[in-house]
Amino acid sequence: MSDGSQSERRLGWLLCAPALTAMLLVCAYPVLYALWLSLHRYDLRFPQEWTFVGLANYVSILSSPVWWQSLGNTLIITIGSVTVELILGLAFALLMHRAVFGRRTLRAAVLVPYAMITVVAALAWKFAFDPTTGFVNALLGLDQAWLTDRGSAFFVIIFTEIWKTTPFVALLLLAGLTLVPQELLQAARVDGAGVVQRFFRVTLPLVKPAILVALLFRTLDAFRIFDTVFVQTRGAQDTESVSIVGYNTLVVRLNLGLGSAVSVLIFLCVVLIAILFVRGFGTPFTQRGERG
Amino acid sequence: MERLFWRAGTLIVIGYALLPVAWIVSLSLKPAAELNDQRFFPRSLSLEHYRAIFSDAQFPAALWNSIGIALLATLLAVSLAMFAAYAIVRLEFPGKRWILAGALSIAMFPPIAIIGPLFNLWRITGLFDTWAGLIVPYTTFTLPLAIWTLSAFFRDIPWDLDRAARVDGASGWQALRYVIAPLAAPGVFTTAILVFIFAWNDFLFASALTSTNNARTVPAAIAFFTGSSRFELPTGSIAAASVVVTIPVMLMVLIFQRRIVSGLTAGAVKG
Repeated sequence: MSDGSQSERRLGWLLCAPALTAMLLVCAYPVLYALWLSLHRYDLRFPQEWTFVGLANYVSILSSPVWWQSLGNTLIITIGSVTVELILGLAFALLMHRAVFGRRTLRAAVLVPYAMITVVAALAWKFAFDPTTGFVNALLGLDQAWLTDRGSAFFVIIFTEIWKTTPFVALLLLAGLTLVPQELLQAARVDGAGVVQRFFRVTLPLVKPAILVALLFRTLDAFRIFDTVFVQTRGAQDTESVSIVGYNTLVVRLNLGLGSAVSVLIFLCVVLIAILFVRGFGTPFTQRGERG
Repeated sequence: MERLFWRAGTLIVIGYALLPVAWIVSLSLKPAAELNDQRFFPRSLSLEHYRAIFSDAQFPAALWNSIGIALLATLLAVSLAMFAAYAIVRLEFPGKRWILAGALSIAMFPPIAIIGPLFNLWRITGLFDTWAGLIVPYTTFTLPLAIWTLSAFFRDIPWDLDRAARVDGASGWQALRYVIAPLAAPGVFTTAILVFIFAWNDFLFASALTSTNNARTVPAAIAFFTGSSRFELPTGSIAAASVVVTIPVMLMVLIFQRRIVSGLTAGAVKG
């Protein structure tokens, strides 16, 4: 028997090895490489000036207003979009759960934003809000140049994010809703609980795990926002997200040392967010891992 | 009354989802002279923008790159993930929790964090601006999604049927071919669609690791489309290109909607 389990163990690792190797080679190794690059002055336009500079890159980033500004912008976009997505997503999920007609059509419809390329969605909304091509101003009777003012540019960016990702949140929450036993809701109704009470006292607590999963996924995803901002403003009007700053430093200005330091800081932010979630809410993931 | 409320809600959601699609289709069909008429629907129809994008070299090349790169990355990611998911579901071995947790942490990983190193490595190794240069990161970044979804699907397969078939005299290969493969196929297929959509959608890697028609995919090509002058966005061409890349994926998603919904949520909620 121990022979059997040993060969099983070996086979298990053998089967996982290709996937693990790929993930280690393309994620873990580059992160370490980024860490190493971030400790050097390394500008591809002046490659001969390559030297070890210790934490100087981090000092110059953390003392620059650009970084803090972009971090603030990213948080505005993240909080703004995720909050609305959760509320709207829950409404959509309840609707899909209760819909009396066109359940299939409804489910098909919410997959449309998911299937649309983010760049295309961002461009579609950019054109819609554009003062010369767009229909939004004509529809609302406004004369607003949406993307040239910081506040309204944020509105368009967040609006686009919400449009694109609410369906994903809704589907996750719908899966949570189907786990709520009907008998429990019936019992609550018999006990005299109203619609509102049933929702807050019965449904919501049972859907909470699904909400937390959606919240974590979406927060980390929104924090990395790049496509929409790049397409709609390229970071103009003070709408730069941290990923845009990283991209500009690395790919546009070819400053690999400084850019890698930005990358490492973004990585640390994501880790920090994940830790805060796990500490704050307990984690639905470790339990799942254990069951897995 | 309540019924009316749900019906209205359904219509609102359908409108919500379809509005930008209808808008971009309408924009792509407007003749150039009417692009700035601020109307939602076109007054007259024209295919000039479609003719324009296909007569230029850039868009067909990008389309070919997108299809090839996304398909190859899907094939690779799903094959690697199949082995891993099978091991995770069927075999008992220490560390499999770590594999799932590790995969999950990579799913949360900010891609921008490795753009710099990859950019530099690809520059040195000659992978910059090649298909392989994009296939490698796409495969890796979709592996977590593929492993989680496939594990969720594989868990629901009645694997004992395999033994039953062997008892009934089927060979190992026959049992796999006629019993297990048909049971596993829907999950594998669904996972493949999800992975394909991820690779098809990516913009960050495509814009940072490519520079010419050699490997530039559609999202990057569209974002860097240039019009007749530097300051004018070629709205019509962008809209037409957007429609061409959106419609096939959308049809695929609508045809396989039930599976895709279960695939999207299986990994996350059922676990």
